[in-house]
Amino acid sequence: MELILALILLLVVAAFVMAPLRHRPEPADPGQARDSALAELEAQKEAKYREIRDTELDRATGKLSDDEFGRQDAELRNDALEILDQIDRTRKRDDAGEPH
Amino acid sequence: MTLLGTACLLTALLAAIYAVGASLYGARSGDRRWIDSGRRAVFAMAATLTLAVVIIEIAFVSDDFGFELVQAHSSTTTPTFYKLTAMWSSQAGSLLLWAWVLSLASSAAIYLTQNRHKEIVPYATAVLMGLGAFFTGLMIFAASPFHALSPAPAEGLGLTPLLRHPSMMVHPPMLYSGYVMWSIPFAFAIGALITRRVDASWIRSTRRFALIAWTFLGIGLLLGSRWSYTELGWGGYWAWDPVENAALMPFLAGTAFLHSVMVQEKRGMLKVWNVSLIVGTFSLCLLGTFLVRSGVLQSIHAFGASTVGAPLLVLIGVVLLGSTLLIVSRLDDLRSERRIESMISREAIFLINNLLLVGMVAVIFWGTFFPLISEAFTGTRSSLASPWFDRYVTPIAIVLVLFTGIGPLVAWGRFGAAAARRVLIWPTAAAAIAFAALLVLSDAGSHPWALAMFSLAAFALTALAQEFWRAGSARRTLTGEPTPVALAKGIARNRRRYGGYLVHAGIAVLLIGIAASSSFQTNRDLRLDVGQSADVGNYNVTYDRPTVNVANERIAFGAVLNVTHDGKPYAVVSPSRNYYPSQDPTLGPIGRFFNGDATSEVGLKSGGGQDFWTAFQPDLKGLEGPIKRANKKFADSGPDVQGLLIAAIAQSYLNNPPPATFRVIVDPLISWLYIGGLIAVGGALIGLWPSAAARRRVTAASAARIARGLSRA
Amino acid sequence: MDPSSKRKVRLVIALSAAVLLAVGLVYTSFSASSEAKQPSQLLTASSGTSYQLTGKVVPGSIKHQGEQLDFRVADRDNASKSIPVTYTGTVPDPFRDGREVIVNGKVQDGTFVGEKDTLVTKCPSKFTEN
Repeated sequence: MELILALILLLVVAAFVMAPLRHRPEPADPGQARDSALAELEAQKEAKYREIRDTELDRATGKLSDDEFGRQDAELRNDALEILDQIDRTRKRDDAGEPH
Repeated sequence: MTLLGTACLLTALLAAIYAVGASLYGARSGDRRWIDSGRRAVFAMAATLTLAVVIIEIAFVSDDFGFELVQAHSSTTTPTFYKLTAMWSSQAGSLLLWAWVLSLASSAAIYLTQNRHKEIVPYATAVLMGLGAFFTGLMIFAASPFHALSPAPAEGLGLTPLLRHPSMMVHPPMLYSGYVMWSIPFAFAIGALITRRVDASWIRSTRRFALIAWTFLGIGLLLGSRWSYTELGWGGYWAWDPVENAALMPFLAGTAFLHSVMVQEKRGMLKVWNVSLIVGTFSLCLLGTFLVRSGVLQSIHAFGASTVGAPLLVLIGVVLLGSTLLIVSRLDDLRSERRIESMISREAIFLINNLLLVGMVAVIFWGTFFPLISEAFTGTRSSLASPWFDRYVTPIAIVLVLFTGIGPLVAWGRFGAAAARRVLIWPTAAAAIAFAALLVLSDAGSHPWALAMFSLAAFALTALAQEFWRAGSARRTLTGEPTPVALAKGIARNRRRYGGYLVHAGIAVLLIGIAASSSFQTNRDLRLDVGQSADVGNYNVTYDRPTVNVANERIAFGAVLNVTHDGKPYAVVSPSRNYYPSQDPTLGPIGRFFNGDATSEVGLKSGGGQDFWTAFQPDLKGLEGPIKRANKKFADSGPDVQGLLIAAIAQSYLNNPPPATFRVIVDPLISWLYIGGLIAVGGALIGLWPSAAARRRVTAASAARIARGLSRA
Repeated sequence: MDPSSKRKVRLVIALSAAVLLAVGLVYTSFSASSEAKQPSQLLTASSGTSYQLTGKVVPGSIKHQGEQLDFRVADRDNASKSIPVTYTGTVPDPFRDGREVIVNGKVQDGTFVGEKDTLVTKCPSKFTEN
């Protein structure tokens, strides 16, 4: 009885694990690569935004002089813009390559 | 059901090995199907190990003594709560806990990184499942929790009395979860190194896991010290025991890691340091598991020489060697993007704090392993005691408490002199006032280390309070909200920052508690007759009467003590000592109930100012005669008669109570150790709490700001 | 000073601090440690040196003398070699006949005088695999 349960367990696990292998191998999906790149860029963007907010908070709480804040803020905003540009480019590239 | 349990372990092992192979093949060949299949194998492993845990728990609850594990660690009379948690009081059970938590954490990590790090995740999966296969294999081949006993005995041995303490039941899973969780950032770091994607993205994805691991380890350490304080009858909470050190080292290294990764996230520096630190932290976690399980060092926790020591040592060697080779081969990719611009900047402060923490780990490591080191060099095993550890750790801890205050005050990049004056003036004043006041009003001058700790903690706490105040008032001027609302909202919108500050405050409070209780403790060992009293500090203790209580499979001898403070009634405390029956037949049918394991229940009056702590040791020599006679006369009597006899003999202790030994400790401010710990844990939870809604709102606002900035440019 | 030599100076300072700490650790640990000995090794030990005594409590030897605790400790695997011990201070819960104990102290006139509060008892055998 227990042996049968154990076998069933093994079979269920094997079926669950192997399921993806039954599909035919698909060519690398550019859409998926794009989603992955976009997700990473989004994460970078959020991190950069957090830094911008952090810097603002540092000035508001008296830790950064206005000059230093200006310097850091400009730098961070430049970085953020670059990321936003990259996001746009990634989106456009694939929209162009993959007409719906 | 032991067969099904073993089948679960085997299936889990196969799934883990398959996950390693499938993930690696998928990553090399670029075939997504294999990577997906590997992911599924991780979930399958978690499911089968969960099933294994459920099978064990059912066996414990239903008293299935056909399981050797259940027979050895539980009995029909064990309370249900302890039945549920008895699993991890054994080696096999704790290995199962390790593997189970690892499989759950791995599943969570790869589920949460579903659509990200397509390159890193397969390698991280392979590392995690390699570890999973190791621990599952260890169970199957060296210490299986599913050994069967046939025929099943009618009764179990019961749980070791010392472990019958609520915090002892929560402490091991906390520590193990802490150890295990560190494997997630470790695995992602290895994946990042292999794929040469060593930017901050692996850090961002595993930050939460690192913080959870840190929190679990911290809670585990706190609970362990609390157990020692209230259960072990010596009144201390830390003894620099190898196993305690083994848990403290990854905690300290992990603290360094949590700080230094911020420098990489923010400035792209310290990349080599960060990967080395996570490798070190995780290796220390494995080392902790090894120390508990191998018995190479003399420790009150040494669980006897066991079979799993050697494989664990090999694993540590493989992890260290493999990681080092990998880091060396990737040095080119790990170059810093920037340099430190100023020595008074947050990155510089973080660097110094890292050096201090790692230095502390080095000291503790050396001291812990000194018995082995000295044996290698001089041929004799020598060990180091608390004073040696204190000599190094105390000054480092004092400088660290200063940094818990300075770190939050200093900004990234360049920090101007004007800003420095602005933020430093109040904390410095507070430190000076605390220093002067303590010197004049108390005898702190005789303990310079403690005095330094109090003053610098005053600096840190004022600095942190000022940070919270400034955050509140900055937001108030912006939004016009009343200060408390502004403060709460400001914290809620910057959880990571203010959660972290709260952790700092908690640590400062905790260190105050440690400094005060270790420097200004009064303790006395007393031997009192009933009615006698003695002075301890400003307190007076009177041994009012003895008590006896036979219940819950133990005999409790106790004492009621009346305590007065400066002549006024202060408290009535009743410490007791509980005797659990021994299974040793040579002690006699009655004697075994009086000569088994004993534990202390301390009589404790806790307060914000000080704790009044008492432990009690009865003198049971007077009972030896009656016990011997009863052993002879009533050897063949039924359990009912024997039960009555035991109660009668125990009660006879009250007729003519002999003098008893008491240990009395007056511990100032020790509650603050635990209050500080709770504050720190609360802060960590705030830092962990996801704030999806707030983030979306703020993202939109920032986007608008950036757009405005763009139009200006 | 140009930045690269400044970095070198910093590196040298950091390294020398590390070396100093290391030397301090090595020196103090060898002088502050006490050698672990079994009773049979202590019978010939010089008095005045600190040792760490390890061994098993001889059954039936435990006596309370007021606040002082007297007992004998025997070699782990040779019960016939034992040494008397006097000790004051905390006694851990698991302390009893036959348990393995560790205590720091010095030898005086053939008796091992334990330092206050240094007695450690190894956990009972139920922790081990059985």
